[in-house]
Amino acid sequence: MSPSAIPFRLNGQPQRYDGAPLARLLDVLREHYGLTGTKEGCGEGECGACTVLLDGEPVCSCLVPMLQVADRHVETVEGLTADARGAALVEAFVEAGGVQCGACTPGIVVSARALLERNPRPNRGQIREAIGGNLCRCTGYERILAAVQQAAAQRCAERADAAQEDSSR
Amino acid sequence: MSVCFRPERLEEAIELLADPATGAIPIAGCTDLLVQWHSRRERPNAVLDLLGIEALRGIEERDGALEIGACTSFRTIGESERVLRHAPALAEIAGTIGAWQIQNRATIGGNIANASPAGDSLPVLLALGAELVLAGPAGERTVAYEAFHTGYRQTALEPGELIARVRIPLAGEHAFGAVHKVGTRCAQAISKVIVALGCDRPGGRLTGVRIGAGSVAPTPVRLRETEALLEGQIPDADLAERAGACAAGEVQPIDDVRSTARYRRWVLGRLVRRMVLDAAGRRVP
Ligand SMILES: Cc1cc2nc3c(=O)[nH]c(=O)nc-3n(C[C@H](O)[C@H](O)[C@H](O)COP(=O)(O)OP(=O)(O)OC[C@H]3O[C@@H](n4cnc5c(N)ncnc54)[C@H](O)[C@@H]3O)c2cc1C
Ligand code: FES
Ligand code: FES
Repeated sequence: MSPSAIPFRLNGQPQRYDGAPLARLLDVLREHYGLTGTKEGCGEGECGACTVLLDGEPVCSCLVPMLQVADRHVETVEGLTADARGAALVEAFVEAGGVQCGACTPGIVVSARALLERNPRPNRGQIREAIGGNLCRCTGYERILAAVQQAAAQRCAERADAAQEDSSR
Repeated sequence: MSVCFRPERLEEAIELLADPATGAIPIAGCTDLLVQWHSRRERPNAVLDLLGIEALRGIEERDGALEIGACTSFRTIGESERVLRHAPALAEIAGTIGAWQIQNRATIGGNIANASPAGDSLPVLLALGAELVLAGPAGERTVAYEAFHTGYRQTALEPGELIARVRIPLAGEHAFGAVHKVGTRCAQAISKVIVALGCDRPGGRLTGVRIGAGSVAPTPVRLRETEALLEGQIPDADLAERAGACAAGEVQPIDDVRSTARYRRWVLGRLVRRMVLDAAGRRVP
């Protein structure tokens, strides 16, 4: 491959990146695209603050070289909270007290979003598994679990409402 | 700036790799490599991305074996029906290799080639009697997994060779497998001790016993004395106790940042004991 340009999609938009192919996705998101919602904690895959979705699956953007996003879809916390579902998830974090300093929050929101897309009614164990790769030094996790549970319950309630509306039509 | 090659065919990759002028190193999920590059603030001059090569991906049954492409992620392995049926211990360990973010990227070929004494799939492959298919300029060759790790971080890979796939014999009717890993916490902890058992249990008797252990020696190792002790026996509490003591006695682990030799030996013994008890409890009638 010529080192010229790497085509990929970023939050739904087609992009061509023409910098260093082994640059970390994390740095390119923050410095080249100005998407600073994605945080750097450890820089070695342990903390999950840099979590983004690659073709819908959570990955650590600190461990993805740019050449491997070629022809793939990258979704960051900015993209994943721009729609109604994402906004509701963020709202649940605020209401449940799942945010303190906020350093871990974008990564956890991304992991939680990926979980809810796969499994709209996760139990406690499944939520714990999904955020197992995200460290939080402040909250003690309880309120994060509560926030994800609340967002899931709200989604199910909305779905039930929508179904009722459909059937009463 | 680094030169990057993204071949689609394996033959092309081998050619590029064999050409000293390119000097490219193979990359897969980069969960080991990018940590190293970043901490040393350096990048290789040339890389060869294996993730685009179709022939290195996927899970199939072929010639009496389960074949897993080197670039298959642990996420895919952990969720595969075929792996669950024929190598449940491998599926189980796949779900403990880092958290989701790591499992989505980390490949089995990368785990094997990285050759860490704490690599989690390695002892499981030993216990399952796996083979590796290596691809190089001279074509493919198959090596028994137990002949692959030749020394601390040394492998049987020749220059210009890649790991193409892993072969695991299909599980027979009486197959039994178990694996236990002990780390600092549940999510993404490097193993202090990991041990796996593979055998058959016709009529409840253990045959073809293989035990692989990791983090207790410079390479993953078979516990041959313990295997011999168990071979042909019907497991019970007494045998479990003796097997645990034997396992603890036959390894020479070291003290390092993650643990101490004494702790590792003790835990290994307890884990082996537990696996033999498992084998007794779930005995086929
Ligand atoms: C946070 C975190 C947690 C982790 N937890 C665990 C854990 O619990 N257990 C564990 O065992 N590991 C763990 N790891 C280590 C790592 O994820 C695994 O070793 C992984 O399987 C490496 O695969 P990869 O595809 O990312 O390899 P890469 O980083 O791409 O490559 C690793 C090495 O293998 C070589 N290579 C890759 N593929 C091939 C091939 N087909 N043929 C020849 N050479 C090849 C590369 O040249 C390189 O030298 C963890 C890593 C991180 C960052
Ligand atoms: S910054 Fe990527 S996991 Fe910590
Ligand atoms: S809120 Fe501070 S690290 Fe999680």
